[in-house]
Amino acid sequence: MKVDTSLPLEYSTEENRLKIFGFWLFLGAEIALFSMLFGTYFTLLNGTGNGPTAQEIFELKPVIVETLVLLTSSFTCGLAVHSMRLNFKKPMMTFFIITMCLGLVFLGVEILEFVTYIGEGATMQTSGFLSSLFMLLGTHGAHVTFGLFWGLCILIQVVREGFTARTANKFFIYSLYWHFLDVVWIFIFSFVYLKGMI
Amino acid sequence: MKKFWLSLTVSLMALAGLSGCNAITVLNPKGPQAEIQSDTIIFSMYVMAGILLIVYVLFIYMIVKYRAKNQPINYEPPYIKGNKWLEIIWTAIPIMIVIVLSVVTVKTTFQVESTPAGHENDEPLVIYAASSNWKWHFSYPEQGIETVNYVNIPTDRAVEFKLYSYGPITSFWIPQLAGQKYAMSDMVTTLHLAANEEGDYFGRNANFSGEGFAQMEFICEAMSEDDFNEWVNEVQTTADPLTEDEFDQLLDTEYMGIATYSSTHLDFRPAPVWPFHQPEEDGDSNTGTDGHNH
Amino acid sequence: MKWDEFFVTGDPLIYGAMVSIVVVSLAILITLAVTKRFGWLWNEWLTTVDHKRIGIMYILAALLMLFRGGVDALMMRLQLATPDMTFLASQHYNEVFSTHGTIMILFMAMPFVLGMMNIVVPLQIGARDVAFPVLNAISFWLFFAGAMLFNLSFIIGGSPDAGWSAYFPLASNEFSASVGHNYYSIALQLSGLGTLMTGINFIVTIIKMRAPGMKLWKMPMFTWATLITCIIILFAFPAFTVALAQMMFDRLFGTQFFSMSNGGMDMLWANNFWIWGHPEVYIVILPAFGIFSDVISTFARRNIYGYKSMVFSMFAISILSFLVWAHHFYTMGHSAAVNNVFSIATMAIAVPTGIKIFNWLFTLYKGKIVFPTAMLYSLAFIPIFTIGGVTGVMLAMASADYQYHNTMFLVAHFHYVLIPGTVFGMLAGVYYWFPKIFGFRLNEKIGKISFWLIAIFFNVTFLPLFYLGLDGMARRMYTYSEATGYGPLNLVSSIGAIFLATGFALIFYNVIYSMLKSPRDLHADPWDGRTLEWSIPSPAPFYNFAVTPTVQSEEPLWDYKKKGIPIYRDKIKPIHMPSNSGKPVIMGVLFFLWGFCMVFSWWIPSIIFGAAVFIVMATRSFERDDGYHVPVDEVIATENMLRGENQ
Repeated sequence: MKVDTSLPLEYSTEENRLKIFGFWLFLGAEIALFSMLFGTYFTLLNGTGNGPTAQEIFELKPVIVETLVLLTSSFTCGLAVHSMRLNFKKPMMTFFIITMCLGLVFLGVEILEFVTYIGEGATMQTSGFLSSLFMLLGTHGAHVTFGLFWGLCILIQVVREGFTARTANKFFIYSLYWHFLDVVWIFIFSFVYLKGMI
Repeated sequence: MKKFWLSLTVSLMALAGLSGCNAITVLNPKGPQAEIQSDTIIFSMYVMAGILLIVYVLFIYMIVKYRAKNQPINYEPPYIKGNKWLEIIWTAIPIMIVIVLSVVTVKTTFQVESTPAGHENDEPLVIYAASSNWKWHFSYPEQGIETVNYVNIPTDRAVEFKLYSYGPITSFWIPQLAGQKYAMSDMVTTLHLAANEEGDYFGRNANFSGEGFAQMEFICEAMSEDDFNEWVNEVQTTADPLTEDEFDQLLDTEYMGIATYSSTHLDFRPAPVWPFHQPEEDGDSNTGTDGHNH
Repeated sequence: MKWDEFFVTGDPLIYGAMVSIVVVSLAILITLAVTKRFGWLWNEWLTTVDHKRIGIMYILAALLMLFRGGVDALMMRLQLATPDMTFLASQHYNEVFSTHGTIMILFMAMPFVLGMMNIVVPLQIGARDVAFPVLNAISFWLFFAGAMLFNLSFIIGGSPDAGWSAYFPLASNEFSASVGHNYYSIALQLSGLGTLMTGINFIVTIIKMRAPGMKLWKMPMFTWATLITCIIILFAFPAFTVALAQMMFDRLFGTQFFSMSNGGMDMLWANNFWIWGHPEVYIVILPAFGIFSDVISTFARRNIYGYKSMVFSMFAISILSFLVWAHHFYTMGHSAAVNNVFSIATMAIAVPTGIKIFNWLFTLYKGKIVFPTAMLYSLAFIPIFTIGGVTGVMLAMASADYQYHNTMFLVAHFHYVLIPGTVFGMLAGVYYWFPKIFGFRLNEKIGKISFWLIAIFFNVTFLPLFYLGLDGMARRMYTYSEATGYGPLNLVSSIGAIFLATGFALIFYNVIYSMLKSPRDLHADPWDGRTLEWSIPSPAPFYNFAVTPTVQSEEPLWDYKKKGIPIYRDKIKPIHMPSNSGKPVIMGVLFFLWGFCMVFSWWIPSIIFGAAVFIVMATRSFERDDGYHVPVDEVIATENMLRGENQ
């Protein structure tokens, strides 16, 4: 296998470069996916039927926690990539674990938020508005969940093998994914929660 | 190239048949809206026939002239990159055709979507047409009468059909009077038409809506203003009123013949209001809450 | 659910189908067992990551589905042949036309297109495989799982019955109570995911893996078409994913996206569906355009006229394809202004399409045209497709569309686009590239007979429908009365359909006949081709190119033949190849089982199978498989065997 040492480890082989490019394309498809979910949400925003409106169910506190936690996790994920570039295995793993823990906290808060909504009688089945809200948030949450399992697989491989072209590539792609989820969340935060609460 | 000649002759025959003969429903309009559509269709057909002709002539010329049989054995086709002027021509001409067609489309679409020409100042007759299962309910709110599976309209008067559905999307279509419009469960759509001539016009649901779709037909009878008023009077005096229970039963019925009532279901079951806007009249039936995001 | 509701009962046609499915499956299993071919099947085909074999499997599946969809079509034509026919009951007819549309678009046209891309693109760009071979296999098995799941619906549980566009509220539980549309939402979701991944795979392949010297502007036209198609796939299929997920949630979990009360909106489905649905039309047509370009150029013995404008018009089409979706429902009550915008955008597509038509015509100019079957399909495409194109412009005019909408006129139009476009294109591709893959040609004589049958009787079948539409015959009507006067032309159409079907049947016959009878003494370049794929032996070796080719123009092989510019300059080196993997097929089976359990709302098994899919993915993450190297000796031996014996 040809290794180009002038590039960072994650880009060093042809296969790695293909994978990174392919993943960027995948993120393009993800943008289209989330655009459709947002589009549906905005279309059904007023389709509240007999159920509650956005204003009635949204609460600022959990959303602020979720936002802060996820933004921080994106930052620590960036630090982990930086450590990897510097070939610092321990710091990288520490930041990686922090990232995943923050993801876990985010997920926990989001589940609590869902439980609260359902307790208030605002379920996915209540109205078109709530269906679209749950699907938008749920798709993002499912991505985070998948990211946690995926991250675990990569973490184990980094522990076992250290930084190789293979593991570095996997983790770099993972970081792209994680940042992307953060960006989606920023849109959700601004256009779903803030807009809904004002 | 037998196939080619065949398709050419058949299409030319079809074209000739279409433009002249009156047998084809859509091209045999009996009202101003359908007339606009028929004229548009025939106009576009001539344009398209012209385009087809150019393509076909070029096509035949190329495959006859440049087939290997008609070329010397040692003939070596040249490398031709393209020709700027030719390419500009066959880009510019289609653009011009599209512009012409666009102008026609914009003009006629606005026309068929508004009160028929010549009736702009009249008060239109409003008829609510609702579909349920595989039948049509027609309510005349002004006259306070309702019919099932047939509708009578006066000639030379603008008619506004207000369409909605108790179930799947259906499409209200009286081809000789106007094109289609969907009837949907969560909002009311409007179809404008008028009839020039008295007569029975065939109407149907054109949008697939389940098992009885093929049978979902009705007759629209256009009659003189006097006959229409007489008919309305007769219905008002002789027919039974439509009760809520009876209407519920009607909704559940899958297929039925025609029926006539001296009151409308709009009194107890108003037409749906677009859910995301404040209703114009009765505020409480609405589910939307537009006001929350200020 | 009771067991007697589980299987579809009560119709002799369906019992017949069940029996024949069981018999055919048993026959296949017994044949494999008797010839001890299970190992061969597993090692050579089910676990393969070779793009050519995956392509072959796609096309076999497409042909199978062509048969299924074709039988559906014949049943419909029989039912409509005369007034008040009682061959099919309403419900049965509704299921038949719903599955006909879905199968022909998603399980016939799509795999045909994807199969062609798989077989041809790496060969045209001088690559040894696609960028992600295992992902490519996963894509195929996802498609296949979806296709099988969808086809299961007609014997187990009931088929979808709300049309291929599955408009809500008709497709909701209230109006379509069987599990048919559960099948629809899940089966299409699976194959759609596969398609999305193929899209990504081929963009990466084409952008990153072209032979040295092959700049973007030197790619063969089919490769260009594939690239542009894959870009459309990348942005269109996620929309479908969302629409289908919403449908699935509405039907299985009681959400309110498209419901008639509680703030749901039936128009949302139509929009979400057609935001994918219109680009989808171009996803199946652009690759055919690419094939026509390559075939016409080869057999006119000329380079493609207006190469750049061909590419630019495809880009223009791909962008416009996302801006016209509302023309599928002008009558849904938007304002005249909205309709006009979509009208003009739609008519604008005629401009780049027209440019392409003229470029094809001028590729013939000063050529030396020969007429093998592949060329016949490509040439017949021009006059027939143009009818489809101009009627498309007529339909685009909103005011007139109010009269064409939902009628036979529309049905005629899209068959005039899809059959001469996609189907002729794919058939031309099959005849053209068949020798490259199998080392022998399909019989030309049978090929030409079937071509003439198809080309003539296609028109006999579909031309009358234009007339019927204008006469007020709505589509999807399972019957009509004699008084309507639709009888005679419907009969003509039905008779045409029988001959059309005969033409297609001859293609199947031709494949079998040629397998047995066709001479195998074929050299690399049977058609006097112009592009890279004709410079390697036929059949193409599994590593495609013994030596990485070097390219200087868009017709490297032509340059080599006419000007002596060499393509292969390096020495043979060991070739790195990906190893086979059983995981894709296992994932396909698990996805199928997951989908089947979801259809019937069997939650616990579906959770188990769903989790199993993720476990397989996790094991793939831990897998360390760097492929293997083919030694130089073996490459030389293979090349000698293929070239020496066959040249």
